[in-house]
Amino acid sequence: MDIAKLEFLRGSLDVLILKALVWGPLHGYAITSFIRRQSDDAFLLEEGTLYPALWRLESKGLLAADWGLSENNRRAKFYRLTPEGKRQLRQQVKTWEAYAAAVAKVLAATRLPEPEEIG
Amino acid sequence: MTTAPFWRRYARLLGPDPATDVKEELAFHLAAKTDELMAQGMSADAARREAERQFGDLREVERVGQRIATRTDRRRRARDYWTDLLQDIRYTFRTLRRDPAFATISILILALAIGANVAVFSVVNTLLLRPLPFPHAEELAWIAPPPTECGWSCATYSADAYEEFRAQSRAYQDVTGYEAFTTPDNFRLTGRGEPEPATGIEVIGNFFNVLGVQPAMGRLFTPDEARGAQPAALLANPYWRRQFGSDPNIVGKAIELNGTLVTVVGVLPDAFDFGAVFSPGAKVDLFVPLSLDVERNWGNIVTLIGRLKPGVTLAQALDDANRVAPNIYFNTRFPQTLGRYKGDLIPVGLKGYVTGKLQRSLVALWLAVGAILLIAGVNLSNLLLARAAARAKEFAVRGALGAGRGRIVRQLLMESLVLSGAGAAFGLMLALALIAWLKQQQSFALPLLSSLRINGQALGWTVLIAGFTAMIFGLLPGLRIASGNLQEVLKDSGAGAGLGRKHERVRAALVVSEIAIACVLLVSAGLLLRSFAKVLEVDLGFQPERAASIKIDYDDSAPTEQASSAKRAEIFQQILGRVGALPGVQAAGMADFLPLGPNREWDTPAPQGKTFAPGELPDPLVYVITPGFVHAMGIGLRGRDFTWADTLASERVVMINQSAARRYWPGEDAVGRILMRGTEPDRVIGVVDDVHEENIEGATGAQIYYPSTQQGPDGAQLVIRSSVPPETLGPSVLRALRELNPRQPAAEFRPIRTIVDHAISPRRFFMLLVAAFAGLGLLLATLGIYGVISYSVTRQTPEIGIRMALGASAGRVQLGVLANTLRLTCAGIGLGTLVAVALGKAIASLLFNTSPWDLPSYLGMVVAILLVAVASGYLPARRASAINPMEALRNN
Repeated sequence: MDIAKLEFLRGSLDVLILKALVWGPLHGYAITSFIRRQSDDAFLLEEGTLYPALWRLESKGLLAADWGLSENNRRAKFYRLTPEGKRQLRQQVKTWEAYAAAVAKVLAATRLPEPEEIG
Repeated sequence: MTTAPFWRRYARLLGPDPATDVKEELAFHLAAKTDELMAQGMSADAARREAERQFGDLREVERVGQRIATRTDRRRRARDYWTDLLQDIRYTFRTLRRDPAFATISILILALAIGANVAVFSVVNTLLLRPLPFPHAEELAWIAPPPTECGWSCATYSADAYEEFRAQSRAYQDVTGYEAFTTPDNFRLTGRGEPEPATGIEVIGNFFNVLGVQPAMGRLFTPDEARGAQPAALLANPYWRRQFGSDPNIVGKAIELNGTLVTVVGVLPDAFDFGAVFSPGAKVDLFVPLSLDVERNWGNIVTLIGRLKPGVTLAQALDDANRVAPNIYFNTRFPQTLGRYKGDLIPVGLKGYVTGKLQRSLVALWLAVGAILLIAGVNLSNLLLARAAARAKEFAVRGALGAGRGRIVRQLLMESLVLSGAGAAFGLMLALALIAWLKQQQSFALPLLSSLRINGQALGWTVLIAGFTAMIFGLLPGLRIASGNLQEVLKDSGAGAGLGRKHERVRAALVVSEIAIACVLLVSAGLLLRSFAKVLEVDLGFQPERAASIKIDYDDSAPTEQASSAKRAEIFQQILGRVGALPGVQAAGMADFLPLGPNREWDTPAPQGKTFAPGELPDPLVYVITPGFVHAMGIGLRGRDFTWADTLASERVVMINQSAARRYWPGEDAVGRILMRGTEPDRVIGVVDDVHEENIEGATGAQIYYPSTQQGPDGAQLVIRSSVPPETLGPSVLRALRELNPRQPAAEFRPIRTIVDHAISPRRFFMLLVAAFAGLGLLLATLGIYGVISYSVTRQTPEIGIRMALGASAGRVQLGVLANTLRLTCAGIGLGTLVAVALGKAIASLLFNTSPWDLPSYLGMVVAILLVAVASGYLPARRASAINPMEALRNN
């Protein structure tokens, strides 16, 4: 994985995690699976990098965690969104969409625009 | 997600374990991944390896996880702590609001105790702890001989001595002084409507430079002005505001003082208060330069104040002074006066000179308020214990629900902190009011009172004692509650529980100690009161009641001494004749100095025909008086008074006091004998009573009286004795004086009583304060007794009910309760008496003619405490005897 892609991933991981928890509490492994599936494996991240991001979000109070039992009856730590986390998600989604639209618009340009007159 | 089974709850029984949590979470991830890969057909080993490969650096992630977890955990604990604290505070306010009577009484007690403490601390801080209000005040030294019986004249130095000392000493940056024989209202301000009196001090030109006082406006004296070449004056700030309406252009203006035009060269800052430092209780309006040349032949006139060189100690300064003293003349014109000041130049710290005498009293005062604080703390402790007993169930329930003992103790401490915080806030207001009142008390002749204020140090002290009190009264109940067996309380149906009984023992011990402290305070107050009464009983040698004085202005300037004396005699005779004829006036006379004010001595007269060893003859204090003065002052006289016929043309006559007579002619009658003043004979025509001239508590020395017709007086104070209250005569006396002399200023008409009051005011001040504190201590102890007895009656209601059902009479029950009260009280009195007796030696130095083991003081204390104890035990006793046996038994 080249460096540019890694940096890009780090920046977007937080919002992906928040998004993964929109439908209810999930443990770390389920979050990894969700991101992988939804992105068609586009983010081929090392799964370990997810956890520091999770813990940081937890310590910032965007996520809360409880210990529960997984589908296979194993003890697992389940994360859920706090109200602050939900708010943060809404805001970040908006930012991302605006950002993506702007990047897409620039990349879709076909010719150099006329220079604007200088008043 | 399913909820974890119940045993999982105990997985972290031993507290949070973030490291294990991280490991477990990651282990789960790997296990789940392995499962999934195996489901896709991988072998267990391969799946495991593949899972680990996809995970990345397990160790690194684990380390990061533990770091984050530890940090989060720490933060959470801090947050929990604050949340608990806020909860405690909210809870405290709720409980206190539920019991407003308790809260009000506690805060009131604390406010009184803390307020008194802060006020006294401010006084102690100003008078003892803080340096004098001058820059580098620690360098300032007061130079004086050891105290003798000849008053101010033996505490001062001649102009020659001052100059030589200043020139020869090596210990000082500079030496200065002021003229010590100033009487109030010694200046007359004219040219601005009615003549106004003013009090001015003559200071040596460098006085303010040495003290480090900068003028608020204008400048200090120039060398020319200091020599007296040009008349100049510096105004005290209050005088400038009062007399000149804060005139911003006063500097450079000329004012008329005693008929001379004097230029105002500056106004001193408000912070400089001469009286507060050098002459407590006196107000000084202006300062003029002391011309050393004019005063050169006047003998001892100036005090010495030096500013030590940096690093020079008082011991070194003393060595230096002893080196210089043999080379100093009293008067350089008379070689035989060389070395007269040997052993009489002793520098002490100026601060010690100003407040040293008060040190013991102030420390005693400090201890007294400290005792009040202790009583208040014990009292609060008691109240809280009573409450705690009532709240035992509440605490038991909270304990059963999981509140730790630490948490309960913290809750109780929080309650006491909130209480003492509120008490401190109100106490501070009380202290502010007290300080504001004290500052106005001109009648207390205490130094530095005008610079009293609540400063940062006093605020710090407030916080300190509030915290300390909260600790002593909060911790004890807290610990007792926490150590109690909670289950026992829950099972117990109410009264008669073991915890209640144990509490009661502690509370009884507290009350006993409270009474003991109150005892010590009461005994101290009693002793001081007795001393004060003894001071009032002192035979002053004159009768202050129904006498008053006023400073007289007169002009006896004449070319010769004879003419001047004759002119003066005529003026005085006129004044006394006119004033003496006023209705209500019984006697009138004049003297240049009044008792308990400034004084002086001239020389050493010797009885004719007798020889005395050097130093054996006294230096009597000198008073120049008119006929009638002795009578007006109420001084007892044997022999005859001066008459207007005693003139320069007739035989020189004097009166002496009994002390002088005893020294000159022991066992013989002095009347008619001759005293030799050098070569001049003076016939003793009368012997008068010893008058307390300097202070009331000390002994009296030799005194000599000269007639104003034969000696030049230093000003004149008119004294009248009246059959009506002397204050009412003021206007008519002043009118009579004005008719004779239009320049007579409207000087203060002072009842002689106020002069005496002024002299005893420091003692009155301390006695009043200690008595107030003793009263407060008694009140608090009463509350304590009442609280304990009242509570024990409540607790014993069923028992009393049974006894009454079995035939005990109401009187019997009352007696029982009162006996209980008296038992506590007597224990307290016994303990307090022991402490007071032990402290006797320490307090002895504050007393006057009173034994520290004075029986009446102790008896008074015992009676006072027994009375209030019986009174405070009576109410609960009545309640006990009114118990209805049936109801009491049914309720149990």
